[in-house]
Amino acid sequence: MTSHNASSHGNFFAGDGKRTSVFRLLRNHLLTGLCISLSLLTLVPLFSIVVLVVGNGLPLISMGLFLELPPPPGGEGGGFGNAIAGTLVMVGISLVISVPIGILAAVYVNEYAPASRLSSSVRFVAKLLTGIPSIICGVFAFAAVVMTTHKFSALAGGIALSILILPTILLTAEQALLGVPSSFREASFGVGATSFQTIWRIVLPEAMPSIMTGVMLAVSRAAGETAPVLFTALFSQNWIRSVLEPTASLSVLIYNFASLPYAYHINLAWSASLVLVTLVTVTNVLTQLVFAPKHR
Amino acid sequence: MFKAACLVASLLTVVLLAVIIGEILVKALPAIEKFGLGFLSGIQWSPNRGVFGVLPILIGTAASSLLALLLALPLGLAIAIFLSENFLPAGIRQVIRFVVELLAAIPSVVYGLWGIFVVIPLVQKYGAILVAKFGFLPFLAGPVYGNSLLTASLVLALMVLPTITAISRTALVAVPGTLREGAYALGATRWETILSIILPTAAPGIVASSILAFGRAMGETMAVAMLIGNSQRLSWSLLSPSNTLSALLANQFAEAEGIQVSALMYAAILLVLLTLVVNMLGEMVLRRTRKATAGLR
Repeated sequence: MTSHNASSHGNFFAGDGKRTSVFRLLRNHLLTGLCISLSLLTLVPLFSIVVLVVGNGLPLISMGLFLELPPPPGGEGGGFGNAIAGTLVMVGISLVISVPIGILAAVYVNEYAPASRLSSSVRFVAKLLTGIPSIICGVFAFAAVVMTTHKFSALAGGIALSILILPTILLTAEQALLGVPSSFREASFGVGATSFQTIWRIVLPEAMPSIMTGVMLAVSRAAGETAPVLFTALFSQNWIRSVLEPTASLSVLIYNFASLPYAYHINLAWSASLVLVTLVTVTNVLTQLVFAPKHR
Repeated sequence: MFKAACLVASLLTVVLLAVIIGEILVKALPAIEKFGLGFLSGIQWSPNRGVFGVLPILIGTAASSLLALLLALPLGLAIAIFLSENFLPAGIRQVIRFVVELLAAIPSVVYGLWGIFVVIPLVQKYGAILVAKFGFLPFLAGPVYGNSLLTASLVLALMVLPTITAISRTALVAVPGTLREGAYALGATRWETILSIILPTAAPGIVASSILAFGRAMGETMAVAMLIGNSQRLSWSLLSPSNTLSALLANQFAEAEGIQVSALMYAAILLVLLTLVVNMLGEMVLRRTRKATAGLR
């Protein structure tokens, strides 16, 4: 295929007809300039997002913001303490469900039966799960939890988020386990360790920093996702008292407050955005630092 | 014991997708029985009259994703080329790469908030100029709405850019160096090499990146729900409000009752199937690409 292309565009040499070397050089530089400017153009929207999120979000940041309830419509003062608490609770529920399942499945896939049919199905399904829209996690939790309990609840939101983060945790844990050199396992078996001892005492501790990075990535993703909790946990003006009640979250707060006609509420939405964007930025930098040197 | 736990976790993961689809399907059954395939061709969605058809929403989903892809592809490809060539020092490229990855990490709802205060005013301002000049074209007909298909597509384009860049870049980097050296040896300039050797060789990977980006755009929810205007009316104009499957679900689930819940579940099934098909297609193309480039070495 490539040789065909090379021959059909074979007139590279200068001087054949109008294509003088000056023209070719000029075109070369023009395209380089175009490519660089298009690449730098993407910085513009990102720059705009960062400027607006920091500019509008920072003025409100204070201790009270994290400890107080949002004001009633039209009111001023207060913060989004209940939304932070709600997000923490729901992300916590999702971690309790998905961290063990994800890591254990990754151990099975990478340590016990790497070449089995089940393992390739696990990888395949995990890959497909990363591709399904996040709102489908919400629809599922609505069908399975909200419609059975007849209640919007933090539990339903947490379950929706657990489905969202499972593939991330599983696939990063698998990468982490892959990064453990096989000589470690051989040495362990060599001194007479069982496969459980090898996995538990040698492989998992060695892979743990990378696995934790994957979990951090999942946390930052889950904290920012709105669609799975929008109609499972719904929202609440009050503090969370039970996981079986409608619960506020930072992301749904942004969605709800963004369309309100009150300046203070809109600024609260920007501040909540600042919290979330800071979280994802820090996590991404951490991930770069942990994964970059290990997986050359 | 431990091995059994690992096995159970694996089995759970494997059946999860089927459980999700099964659960939604069960809840959608009343609507599937009642509306059948007419659901797909119906042009009205009015819950208070019990009439549910998703054709305008399907069109809106396809149109917004396609427009986003058209906007993002040239930009994403330019960045992918930029990152795989050595125009600028590696440090600067690393920064740009990180910035693009960060675009993927920003929550959808933050894009929505930004879109409301930045993109909507821009679309209103320049949309009015477009309509004044080209209003005779059906897809640029007035009146101009801020919450429109165009607004949603512009923000979607930004959101799928990282997908296109990351996958295209991998495809470009995978082109064997010997091909580039061969082209240089024949006297080709850098861009002649890129346009006639490297891009054609990496083309399948670029196609795969576009398909996967399209799939991502179809499933994006919050930013679209906040910007597209949520109108089920059919319109040719890019400057009119529209709707997508995911935005429909986001906007109506919390207040839905009775048969409407079932109809929304039906719409959710359509969304799952569409994204699964598109993603599997993209992955297939990607797998073939890897095999093809591996053979060139």
